[in-house]
Amino acid sequence: MTEKFIVGIIVSNHFGVLNRVAGLYAKRGYNIDSLAVGETEDPAYSRMTIVSTGDEYMRSQVLEQLNKLHDVKMVVLLDSETAVSIEHMLVKLKLGKESKTTISELINSYAGNVMDFGEDFITAEISGASEKLERFIEQAREIGILEVCRSGLISVKQGI
Amino acid sequence: MYLTAITTCVNFINMKITGADILIKELMRQGVDTVFGYPGGYVIDIYDELYKNADNIRHILPASEQGAAFAANAYARITDKPSVVLATGGPGATNLVTGIAAAYLDSVAVIFITGNVSVPMLGQDSFQDIDIVGCTLPIVKHSYIVKDICHLQWIIAEAFQIANTGRKGPVHIDIPKNVQQGTYDYDPNLKLSEPAKRHSDLSALDKAVSLIEKSKRPYIYSGGGVTATNTGDLIIKLSEMTGAPIGMSLMGIGSVPASYYNNLGMSGMFGTEAAVTAMREADLIIALGVRFSDRATGSAGKFAENTSVIHIDIDPAEIGKNIQPDVCLCGDLRDILPALLEKLSDMQLSIDEKKQTRISESPRSDNLTPQNIISAVNGHYDENTVVTTDVGQHQMWVAQNYRFEKPKTLLSSGGLGAMGYGLGAGVGASLAHGGKRTVLFTGDGSFLMNLSELKTAVTHKLPITIILFNNGTLGMVRQMQTLSFDKHYSSTTLENNTDYPALAKAFGAAGCTVNNITELKDALEKAPLDRPYLIECKIDIDEIVETS
Repeated sequence: MTEKFIVGIIVSNHFGVLNRVAGLYAKRGYNIDSLAVGETEDPAYSRMTIVSTGDEYMRSQVLEQLNKLHDVKMVVLLDSETAVSIEHMLVKLKLGKESKTTISELINSYAGNVMDFGEDFITAEISGASEKLERFIEQAREIGILEVCRSGLISVKQGI
Repeated sequence: MYLTAITTCVNFINMKITGADILIKELMRQGVDTVFGYPGGYVIDIYDELYKNADNIRHILPASEQGAAFAANAYARITDKPSVVLATGGPGATNLVTGIAAAYLDSVAVIFITGNVSVPMLGQDSFQDIDIVGCTLPIVKHSYIVKDICHLQWIIAEAFQIANTGRKGPVHIDIPKNVQQGTYDYDPNLKLSEPAKRHSDLSALDKAVSLIEKSKRPYIYSGGGVTATNTGDLIIKLSEMTGAPIGMSLMGIGSVPASYYNNLGMSGMFGTEAAVTAMREADLIIALGVRFSDRATGSAGKFAENTSVIHIDIDPAEIGKNIQPDVCLCGDLRDILPALLEKLSDMQLSIDEKKQTRISESPRSDNLTPQNIISAVNGHYDENTVVTTDVGQHQMWVAQNYRFEKPKTLLSSGGLGAMGYGLGAGVGASLAHGGKRTVLFTGDGSFLMNLSELKTAVTHKLPITIILFNNGTLGMVRQMQTLSFDKHYSSTTLENNTDYPALAKAFGAAGCTVNNITELKDALEKAPLDRPYLIECKIDIDEIVETS
């Protein structure tokens, strides 16, 4: 059965590691839905959260092959139901059709923040589950989207 | 991160030395006695150090970097230690790519060292500036660009550790010119922290034992992992206790002696009928140190549909990659096999004598058929003689017909199937055995790819007997064209009039053409001790490799 799955990996924080990890997916023709990477509390290591879609075979291959990379220090498969996950998004909206108030209300209803604005645009920040971000995008289409920039999901295991 | 890899840094030499000097000192400390390499502008500093250290490290100059890679591949397999290849940047480095891939797919520990432009010039498309680490990312076990000389020594040490730990493989180190020329301390006592050892997982041992004991017709499938770990004697014990016949993958040939009565030979697409039949009829396949390549299984979906499979391998990523086993034991065969044998009760199944195949020990006639040629050569040399092959029909004929008694006496490019492997490998094999006689079986197609390595063999006075199957065609492809493409021999006929013995002589080697087995035997007797000897055997263009 094909489904989305989230892999969290700790890698050495140096050049070329991203290539190795991404190359491993590419080698087998696996698509990466999203990939987020940033330094951990120890600057020697980075953490990547990679979301992709595949069956059980692909999942186990990805995990085992990742484990073989020398720069990969830890690999965890995160349960998408229970993992603590969040995604950030910046959306630049066109002002015109709708009033500023309507747009502000929409952003507020998603607990978003206005990060930048001008006479003819508003840039909003929305965070939350990927589905929430997608719902916002759908609603914002009617207003007019100039640009969308999503961070990709970041995830940690539930509990300790 | 870099610092975490090092536990102690004591006893520094007070004088700072160059990066090139650090490299050579560290290679010597790692026990390297031979470097296969080709000079160039971006490794000239390293070559200067090699010049000064010529008494400690022997340098073998091939005709091309690819030849160096194949020679080092054979050298590593035979000496069971990582071997070293050195090449300059740009074309020197890209010429290594096939050799790196060959080492990767056959799990051979080779350290590939390349020079490159200085760090500030990386990526500026300067003369001979290539992102060789980028080029080779999917075909190395690990790789480094040394951007700072302070990391150089531990990177070299770590490269040896990685290449030689667990499932072996190639490690590549790219050293920019300014790092070779810079100066830093050298620590003669540098110690890396021990790699986190993945212990052999014996948790499914009972399940494996129970599957084996329930089985009526078990079959042992022995692969490159058995060759690499020299565990053939344990495989024989397993065969004795269970009655299971043994079949081998190409990389497994030699892991169990051909003369062992329960050894059925190679299995897979070009396997012996006995091995293929035994595997097909088995109710349990005990697969050891194999990766179930498509050449061994055919269509993976249909392979072993109604058969149980126990898969034992050191690489967890191989378990379930091609074939989903019923039971897996992941780890080193040297740990797992003794544990398995200890738990197993003696099943004493009767061995079906009919299944045994016997390869003809002497030629059946005086005709130059591939089988007769191999048989005659086999009869001439002792069981310790290393045989290398190129890739194609002759490779399969050798795999099917030569009786290999010892592990690592057959060296072939199994995974990559790189034509042109054999002569370079012959050079490496002969050097690893102190300049001893080595046999190369090759075809005219393969030989034409890297025949320039004759030069290397002549320089080092290596007695390589080259058995050249000349059928005037790229036989393996022709065979497929015959069977599946209505005999459309598209670009497979080699319309050349190359005089191969004369070619050998031109290189300073010797050679002859033989017309029958009697002449072949005479020629083998005459093969000189101090240079290669090419024996051209003209065979029929339509000889085919039997498939089972």
